[in-house]
Amino acid sequence: MAITVNGTTFDATPAPGQCLRTYLRELGHHGVKKGCDSGDCGACTVWLDGKPVHSCLVSAMQAERHAVTTIEGLADGDTLHPVQEQFLKAPGFQCGFCTAGMIMTCAGMNEEQRADLPASLRGSLCRCTGYRAIADAINGISGIDEEVPAGQAVGASIPPLEGHGVVTGSVEYTMDHDIPDVLHLKVVRSPHAHARALSIDTTAAKAVPGVVAVYTHEDVPDRLYDTACHENHLVDPDDTRMLDTVARFVGQRMVAVVATSVGAAEEGCRRVVIDWEVLPAVFDPQDAMKPGAPVIHPKGTTDSFIRHPERNILLEIHEGRGDVEAGFAAADAVHEATYTTPRMAQSALETHGSVTWVGEDGVLQVRTSTQTPFLTRTKLCYLFDLQASDVHVFTKRVGGGFGGKQEVFTEDLCVLATLDTGRPVQWEFTREEEFYGAAPRHPMRIHVRLGATSDGQLTAMQMDVTSNTGAYGNHGGETLYASTGALTWYRCRNKRYDGRAVYTNNVPSGAMRGYGAVQPTFAVESAMDELARRIGMDPLEFRRRNMVVPGDDIGIHEGPGDDVIADYALDQCIDLVEAALARGNGVEAPAGDDWAVGTGFAISMFESSPPTEHRSEASVTLMEDGTYQVNVGTCEFGNGTTTAQAQFAAASLSTTIDRVTVLHGDTETSGWDTGAFASAGLNVAGKAVALASAALAHRVLGYAARRLAVDVEACTLEADGVRAGDAFISLVDLRAAAAAEGVTLAQARRSYGSPISNGFNAHGVRLAVNTTTGEITLLQVAHAVDAGVVINPMQLRGQVEGAVTMGIGGTLTEWFQTGPQGEVLNPGLRMYRIPNFADTPPIEVHYAVQRDSYGPFGAKGAGEPPIDPVAPAIANALHDATGVRFRDLPFTPPLIFAQLQRP
Amino acid sequence: MDQSTVQEFVVPPPHDPMADWRDGDAWLAGGTLIFYTPMPHLRRLRDLSHMGWPSITVTDDGLELAATCGITELHEFSPPAEWRAGTFLRQSVEEYLASFKVWNRQTVGGNICASLPAGPMVTMCAALEASYTLWSTDGSSRVVPAIDFVTGNNANILEPGELLRSIHIPTTSLLRRFTVRRFTLTKHGRSSVYLVGTQDTASGEILITVSASTIHPVHLRFDGAPTADDVRASIDELVPEDLWFDDPNGTPAHRRHLTHVFAEQIRAELASA
Repeated sequence: MAITVNGTTFDATPAPGQCLRTYLRELGHHGVKKGCDSGDCGACTVWLDGKPVHSCLVSAMQAERHAVTTIEGLADGDTLHPVQEQFLKAPGFQCGFCTAGMIMTCAGMNEEQRADLPASLRGSLCRCTGYRAIADAINGISGIDEEVPAGQAVGASIPPLEGHGVVTGSVEYTMDHDIPDVLHLKVVRSPHAHARALSIDTTAAKAVPGVVAVYTHEDVPDRLYDTACHENHLVDPDDTRMLDTVARFVGQRMVAVVATSVGAAEEGCRRVVIDWEVLPAVFDPQDAMKPGAPVIHPKGTTDSFIRHPERNILLEIHEGRGDVEAGFAAADAVHEATYTTPRMAQSALETHGSVTWVGEDGVLQVRTSTQTPFLTRTKLCYLFDLQASDVHVFTKRVGGGFGGKQEVFTEDLCVLATLDTGRPVQWEFTREEEFYGAAPRHPMRIHVRLGATSDGQLTAMQMDVTSNTGAYGNHGGETLYASTGALTWYRCRNKRYDGRAVYTNNVPSGAMRGYGAVQPTFAVESAMDELARRIGMDPLEFRRRNMVVPGDDIGIHEGPGDDVIADYALDQCIDLVEAALARGNGVEAPAGDDWAVGTGFAISMFESSPPTEHRSEASVTLMEDGTYQVNVGTCEFGNGTTTAQAQFAAASLSTTIDRVTVLHGDTETSGWDTGAFASAGLNVAGKAVALASAALAHRVLGYAARRLAVDVEACTLEADGVRAGDAFISLVDLRAAAAAEGVTLAQARRSYGSPISNGFNAHGVRLAVNTTTGEITLLQVAHAVDAGVVINPMQLRGQVEGAVTMGIGGTLTEWFQTGPQGEVLNPGLRMYRIPNFADTPPIEVHYAVQRDSYGPFGAKGAGEPPIDPVAPAIANALHDATGVRFRDLPFTPPLIFAQLQRP
Repeated sequence: MDQSTVQEFVVPPPHDPMADWRDGDAWLAGGTLIFYTPMPHLRRLRDLSHMGWPSITVTDDGLELAATCGITELHEFSPPAEWRAGTFLRQSVEEYLASFKVWNRQTVGGNICASLPAGPMVTMCAALEASYTLWSTDGSSRVVPAIDFVTGNNANILEPGELLRSIHIPTTSLLRRFTVRRFTLTKHGRSSVYLVGTQDTASGEILITVSASTIHPVHLRFDGAPTADDVRASIDELVPEDLWFDDPNGTPAHRRHLTHVFAEQIRAELASA
């Protein structure tokens, strides 16, 4: 056996059924990623005899006597391949997990293929960027600022900190790490929606060669918990056991098998015999609340947090202000309708996965793909009776999150096995497991009732939300609270919200970008459009007359809150998208009589920090070599927060970005951080970095003044030293002097997510819909965002494009389907279709000009919420085009067709 | 993905590839099917990559494709200019859901044997009235019409161990005029509906092949010039309700609707030619 990889010949014989991807990774070529393992995403692309192939679909045995080129072999020594250079400068990536494969694909195209990127990139998926950045990279367009003067990093398009590692494939992600003698974990999942395991026979499984241990409910801690991660765990119900005797959805993990190889673990799983008593199941939340419905978490068996266990109601919220009935009585027109939104899979290209082992010092090591290392540590300590000092949780670069990694799905069982066997254990989700082993967006049924006078004044707003949390609580409570937010961006003295999260025997739902906001925004912004048309008013004018303005109360309950409209830009956002659509872009509808064209708008408001407690502690240290090191707990998964944090430090410390390093996502290297979600990476952790940096600048100046024997007012901090008149002391010398005196030049600061400053989005779309086929083509997409001061224009543009693209996916291409037992029918990227290059239109991104009073450097974290108004803008445009109102997402052609045909 | 239950990689001798077929064996050509999804029943892979069968041969009778002909090879093939349907070969490749990176590995035979309702080679061969030569493990062989090969989603007439050796497309098919209508739910997605019309320019005979919308391809054949009603009646007669495919890429109702729309468009186009 001889396979040549990047010019080196390897004689390791592959397993007879091994694919080239895992063979290459075993040889250490970790730039070859696993995204789907089925030839759909392209993250594993390598060249075979110079031609790009999906290495997951190639028999390693068949590669014998062929030449393989991986990302690691693309550069010529230290000289990057031109395509690598272009991806670095565009930059053509965010999380970067798809990038190695994307570069190998693009660098391997012929002229004809390069001329038709939509066709040629059909096998290359990116969940972060929205593809414009990738097109720029291929076309050699640079978006970064290369020479940024000291102290001027804020507002510059600083390239991503780990960019070089991303384009060369050398940056480590969670699984890019070989641990000798690691054991592999796989689980047996329930085939039933609701069933009790009367007995579990693991004898045959344990007899499989290579199987080391098999765990059932008898082996796990007797602890109830919730997989969701929040600072305050009391906002989530404790209704889950690590391994249970009762299965409550198809796909629930029941038994874990640990073996010396993935194959042996899988074989062990196939040999486990479970004797099931099948129980009645319920799938629709309306049915689940009826008397006599199967009770999924009977009273007394789990947490008293559950509001009405006998009716499967996890939580109820009833809030309001004023008198809605009086408001409706005063209305000239009342619109009332029900809207529904589906599940949606986060589809980060890197699947969930963890590796755990015990270090030489006895500390449990947990290397994992998470957005919340500190909260994950807390949860593991709770489950296994450990002290925080006994557990080290850390991330490497994370290959996308989108909320899906704000939850403990893999770490717990790996820890169980490591603590039991004393050996390293790893568990990497398959792409299929992402669909039923993780937690998709909550489906919601939203009833909206709005009243207005004929001159366009809202008199009452009412919303009733039923959220389907699935078999477990997960993020069911907090997403329901978040859904109240859709009543906040219109000024109306009478508001009423009623909502409930309901258990069903479906896959549990979890956190996803646009957390509890995407669903009600679709409903309210559709309903506003419907009511405007009913009173004969232009929908944008109707919005302008009612939109919240500075000085308004914004909560839906009476009483003080900590959310504020500090700096207002909603008017700007609306003006920007209206002007963009009025300008047009010259793109016309396809030819033919059956294409109808329409335009639609929607707006939304967002909180730029999490609504519940969120805190972060960052420190900044002057290092021996005169550079600065930032230690902060947030994770980097393409959100770009580490780059923004470095910009804050560089700006505060009057230095250049190359003199700042950021250590992040590690419970041992920084103080507490609640996690990277809800834009907290900028507004909470970023703020802590900014505060610590400013404090360190002050301290460095003070110490330098003492060394130079001058007044501190006479000292100026420069990129690499402190100047006072003709005197100059370099940071290296300053640091050495301080060390000699036993003085530490470092500062730490803490930050909290309060007050919560609100930001705004507006979205406009012009589309064509084919009334025969149901196909929708987006002709123009314009988005305006209020991000306060834009810290990094190119990075923010990428975030907005990515969020809008995800919104387009959830509206037009992604169709999460379940069968009669709640089983997921399309668990994979071939059949669950996230947008590809061809599906994604150009997205115009406009920024409101505003400075936030609370955010660091006047910024608002704004990467998450641009997804919110996308679906309703498309719905409103569809109505404009067809005269038919579409109230049920998604808008896939068969569903569009079905409704257009409806009498 | 890895197929970890596979215990042996067999390289059958080209002069006797059918020998020693066992339960748990699978033919391996480009690997794009075998490595796509878990197949825990597999024990041995039988490598076809060393068979040395000529990929593409043009004869007086038509076109001979080895089952091991690569999709990229087919895409790059320049057909004789007189074949009116010659460009349909390349077009069929371009209507793959899969990328050119998959074409670089997949074989024509592999796509046919995957037997998906939306398999582009399945549609191409059915529309061009190809025939398949199948080799049996007992040393015998048979020739079957392409239209009869696929029997359902991922189902075909192959007996255990039986091997698709080659595809024959007759010249008479390649000389016909053709037109295509296809619908996908997303751009460059998998076919939800894929109809191909061909016409004998001498006799005027029209053949409409319905695929992707049905769980296996269906031929609608018309002598002379059919009316819209003829086409409609033919679909209703030849496609029973349970033949409309229901999967995440489409609904039976939508597929039925578009099949009627496209079939009529094809009829009108060919009738006016």
